[in-house]
Order: sequence, then structure tokens, then C-alpha cells
Amino acid sequence: MIGSVKGTLAIRNGRIVDPVAGTVEEGGVLIKDGRIEAFGEIEHGVFRKSDVVADARGALIAPGLVDVGAFAIDPKAATAGGITTSLLMPDQAPPLDAPALIRQAASFPADAVSIVPLAAATRGLDGREMAEIGLMKRAGAAAVCTGRQWIADSELVARIMAYASAFDMIVVTHAEDGSLTKGAVATDGEMASRLGLASAPAIAEAMAVARDLMLAEETGARLHFRQLSTARSFDLVRAAKKRGVAVTCGVSPAHFLLSDQAIGPFKTFARLSPPLRSEDDRKAVIEAVRDGTVDLICSAHDPRGPEAKRLPYVSAEPGMAGAETLLTLSLALVQEGVVTLPRLIDLLATAPAKLFGLEAGRMAVGAPADLILVDDGKPWKIVGDKLAGKAGNTPFDGLPVQGRVLKTIKGGQPVG
Amino acid sequence: MADDVPSEFALPDGVHPFPHKHLTGIAGLQPWEIGFLLNEAEQWIALNRATAKHDDRLAGLTQINAFFENSTRTLLSFEIAGKRLGMDVVNMHAAQSSVKKGETLLDTTATLNAMKPDVIVIRHDASGAVGLIADKVDCPVLNAGDGRHEHPTQALLDALTIRRRIGRINGTVVTICGDVLHSRVARSNILLLGTLGAEVRVVAPPTLLPPAVERMGVKAYTDFDAALEGTEVVMMLRLQLERMDGAFVPSPREYHHFYGLTRERLALAAKDALVMHPGPMNRGIEITSDVADDIQRSAITEQVEMGVAVRMACLDVLTRSRRGVEGWA
Repeated sequence: MIGSVKGTLAIRNGRIVDPVAGTVEEGGVLIKDGRIEAFGEIEHGVFRKSDVVADARGALIAPGLVDVGAFAIDPKAATAGGITTSLLMPDQAPPLDAPALIRQAASFPADAVSIVPLAAATRGLDGREMAEIGLMKRAGAAAVCTGRQWIADSELVARIMAYASAFDMIVVTHAEDGSLTKGAVATDGEMASRLGLASAPAIAEAMAVARDLMLAEETGARLHFRQLSTARSFDLVRAAKKRGVAVTCGVSPAHFLLSDQAIGPFKTFARLSPPLRSEDDRKAVIEAVRDGTVDLICSAHDPRGPEAKRLPYVSAEPGMAGAETLLTLSLALVQEGVVTLPRLIDLLATAPAKLFGLEAGRMAVGAPADLILVDDGKPWKIVGDKLAGKAGNTPFDGLPVQGRVLKTIKGGQPVG
Repeated sequence: MADDVPSEFALPDGVHPFPHKHLTGIAGLQPWEIGFLLNEAEQWIALNRATAKHDDRLAGLTQINAFFENSTRTLLSFEIAGKRLGMDVVNMHAAQSSVKKGETLLDTTATLNAMKPDVIVIRHDASGAVGLIADKVDCPVLNAGDGRHEHPTQALLDALTIRRRIGRINGTVVTICGDVLHSRVARSNILLLGTLGAEVRVVAPPTLLPPAVERMGVKAYTDFDAALEGTEVVMMLRLQLERMDGAFVPSPREYHHFYGLTRERLALAAKDALVMHPGPMNRGIEITSDVADDIQRSAITEQVEMGVAVRMACLDVLTRSRRGVEGWA
């Protein structure tokens, strides 16, 4: 649809989504030197003078998505899903726990997607010794992160928070009390009991949220919960926000679209962390998105090959391929009237970029031309095997959906 | 016995009595399918009691017992059942297999499948593992216990025992006591007995009851004495002592005090209530010897006997299609 571009690129005949203004208006975008030169109603003459003019044919034009907490560098999946900035989890091999490793991750060529690493809060992510988080910030880390794991040692977490706040770094935590979830592969409930799966109570999440909130309040740290999934967690976050605690939280589409019913019979693609919850909790996620308790939506992208998933449920690794379906699945919230389209793009792009201090996610003159073209009415079917990314481990395999990213533009260049 | 089956549990006209390729669990079975297997099992009891215990209708077929988890009685029961039907029975113990060398379960499965068995009996310590394997092999698969999930032939043999001793299952009050949380025997029995119309109660300390167990159609109790009222069958479960590290129950002594089946406690149940136990028993912990060994009340050895008959029936029924038995193509 648009090839490689030298000079100016004009996209006309689109519908511009501006999350900051909260509007969707017909118009186009003019891109020059990788940045947005103008957008909205653009004079015909300007188009004519552009080096390349593309017709969006009524598609949405929105900022590229900013995905907080992907577990793998997966440019194909990101591009297919409209993600132009990906915050990489420190859970790599080796873990991102040293400045050199952060620098290396941050230097991944940003042709298709900018990789912004999150620094491991502890050496080796083992939850025992604080890592060099200040130096890692200087090396390019956007925040401090506990990784997949919860840190049991409250004193250590308090120190990490206090220390990180001196560098104005957000602390991103995984909220599941590990002593409750030890050995568990599912949420307590009828499904886990029927299948005979070791399960943990949903309050394991709220317990961790409660502790981390108190520590953040005490230390003055900025706290972000990577993914929350239960009613009680949102209640705690809601109350904390009211008190003025610097807390934010993310959710992933799996937790507002699926309940623990999706794990039966033993579907390992639906084994996630945090696990899929009860129907009541699923509804609570939607409510928290609606009322603004949720600050951002993330993909939790964690591609897993058959070696990790073609196993008995208890032995399979948790995680799903989420990047490519992030926007598509999230559009369900617009279709169901939970949020407006500009608000959804805010949750997926503008808010995460702002939170982590990234120059991205904005529809503004002078901003980087990281853009997506989206046909929000396009019907298609998610097929795991046909996803563009490293692996197709999606619990949404076979699901008919509506809305798809047509084109991703990174720094003014169409990619993918 | 079939005459005692209420019409809603009888095989409807024109319906195949057992259309399933595998027996991976009780979940999903219709009441008449369970009844059919029980009736088939009934026919093998006499043969097993005779001196010459052979019926060679499965001669030439190969049965692999792939036990990824240790077992003595279930393995023996399946081996005897297969041999009495004339099959070549091979046992694979995980301890001696490549599983220990890091081979994946599905690779092991592919290897087994390539040896062209006619039926595979599987025990595995992971819930759902047997279903995973069943999807990947060409022959029928029988679940001999997968994790905490299901143990369908145990539930069938328990049902057969109850039906023979009490004369019915529909309307019977059955109390299952003990470590329900970790028990596949309990899960399969809850499903089977419930499907056939029994009132099923479970009783255990709160730490050993599965979450939301009531949603499986049972009444949950923590007071054994209260649960026993009106109970016609008391099914005791083995307390998995290896898990008793002070986390689930404080001590065997305390457990016995509140959840052990003694003669005095049994008196709280219905008159002549039947006592069952899937074995192996921890005598003096979940059950006292005088109760376990009381042949008037205890059906424990009869359960073992019924186990062979039930497994013969399952092996016969599941291989009918392969053998080209009329109506089973």
C-alpha cells in the first residue's frame, strides 16, 4: 500500500484519532523527516507537492502503540499489531540486570519498533540483591521491574522503591503473593477443581497489591502494576489513587475477554500469569477500564514455542503471543461502548508513553511519525499458526474479530 | 441388575451404547454409557471366580501399560484384566524409560504409538496428561489416573461394588471423606455417582476440600459426624501422608480424631452402611482395622475384585471397533 519513502509522505482521506483532544476527525497527515509536519485538514496543494501520497481510504490514522512489558523482541509481531515502541521485560537470557545488557537491548535497530528495556530490580532477577538501577537508567532503562516474579522480601522492595524514587524511576511489579501461588497453575474455582489443577486464591494478587501500595506510599515511589486481574486489586488501586499515591496499573486483553472457563479442557495456550480469573473478576477488569482505574492496556506478549506449550497443563510455561492481537482485541471495548476510540488509543499509546517518559504515542506536530492505519470494521479470524510473530500461542485461536491494523509507520517509514 | 436402572438412565432406543474412542474420564459420559460399562463388567465377575480364567476374545492384541507414576494395584489389575482376555500385555515403567532422560511426553507417546499397540493404559502425575496423549495416538487410551484429575475405572469399580451391595445407585447417599483436594478418585466418583443420581457428600478439613466443590453438585462438610447422618456408603480416601508436613493438617493424630472412621463413628451412619476405601490404607489414621476388616460392612477387598472385571469390560468395549465387532465399526 505504501512503499519506502524518501522526503515527504502524505496520507490523505483518513480519520485522525487524537487521544489528547479526544477526537476522531476526517483528514490526513503530512510526514517530513520522520516527524509529523501537519495533520487534520490539509490543503489539496500540500498533498500535491508531497513526494508520496497515499490514500487511507477512510481508515483510522492513530499514533503507534506503546506496549509496556513484552517478554521478547519480536518486530514482526509488533509491526503486525501496530506497536511502534515496546518496553522489554528484563526476563531475558541473561536477565537485563546490568548497564551493558540494558545498552545492548536499547540499541536494537529501531527500524520497525523501538525497544526500550526495563531494568531488573534485582541481580539475576532472583529477588535478593538490588541491581545497579541508577546506572541502568543512564544506560537507557525506562523503569525498574521485578520481572515475572514477585519479590517476597518486603524490606528489599522498600529499598528498591526508595532508591528508584531518587532517580524518578517507576517501579514495575508483578503482583502475586508467591507464598500463596506456590505450585499453583490456575485460580481457585470450579474449573480448577474439576480439572484437578493446583490453584491459588485470587486474593494472592490483592495481597501483593496491598503490600506494594503501602510500601510505595511509605517511600514515595512511583509504582506501576504491570498487569492486574481481580476486583479486589482494582478496589485497592482506586482507593490509593484517591489518597494521592503515585500508582498506575495495566491490564491485558486476555483478562477482560476471557475467564478461567477458557482453560478447559487443559488448554495450555490459556495458561497465563496472572492466571485467567473468574467471570466476576473479568467484569471488574472492564469496569476498571471504564472508570479510569486502569491506566494502560498491554499485550503481555510472551511467544512460546511447542517445547513450552505442548506439555501437560501443569508443566507448560505461562504466557501468550499478544502483540499482534493487542489492538484488535482491545477494540472490543469500543464496540461494547466501554471506552471511546480516542480513549482506547490513549490507553494503548499515549498514556503508556507519557507514564514512562517516552517521546511517542502522540498525534502532534513535531512528534515522531510513528503511526498506524487501522480498518476498525474489518472482520477477520485469529489463527495462531498464521500470526506473524515468533510463535502463535494465543488462547484466541479461531476467534472471529473485527478491526485490524492495515499499516504501521515507524519514523515516517512504512514497515512490515 | 439392569432392571433396577431407572428409565432415565437406560439406553435410549437407537443410541450407540458407547460411542467413545477413549476412556479418559467420567466427565462427558452419559448415564446410560456408565450403566452399559457396569453391565458389561458384571459379565466378567463369574469368569474371574472360576478356576480357568481365560476368554481369548482379545487374543493377538497388544496392550501397553504406560505408567509414568508408580502404582502397584492398578497396574496389576490392568495387567491381569488384559491377560485374562488373551492380550499380550507389556508394562512400561517411567523409572526405566527415556522420560527420565528428558524426552518429552509427546515424544514418548509417538514412540509407543509407533509400536502399534491396540490399547494404551496410562497413568501420569499431571492432570490432563492422558487426554493430551489420547489426541496423539491411533489406538484407544484408558486413563489409569492423571494427577488430581480423574481415575475413571476406579469410579466404575466403586459404582459396581455399590450397585451389587446396595442394589441401586440412584438415590443412594454416599459420603466421601478425606483428602478430596488431591484425589482423582474423589473427582471421578463425584461425577459418576452424581450422574447416576446418588446424593454425594464430601467431608474433609477445609484445607483438603477443593475450592467451589459445591459447584460440582456435592454437599460439602467439615464435620464428619454431621455428614454421616443417613449415609449409606462411606467412602474413605487415603490421607496422603507425604503431604502432611503441617501444612494441610496438623498431625495424623489430630486427623484421626476428627476424620478417622472408627466403629463408633460408623454407628452414626445409616444401618448397615457400606465402608469403602480405594487403598492402600493407612490403618489407624483414616480408618481403624476393626472397621476395615469387618467383612459385613467393608467392601474393600470386593472393590479390588470388581476392579479386574471393570477393566476387562473397558478393554473389551474400547477395542470392539478395532476388532470389527458387529455394530462397533
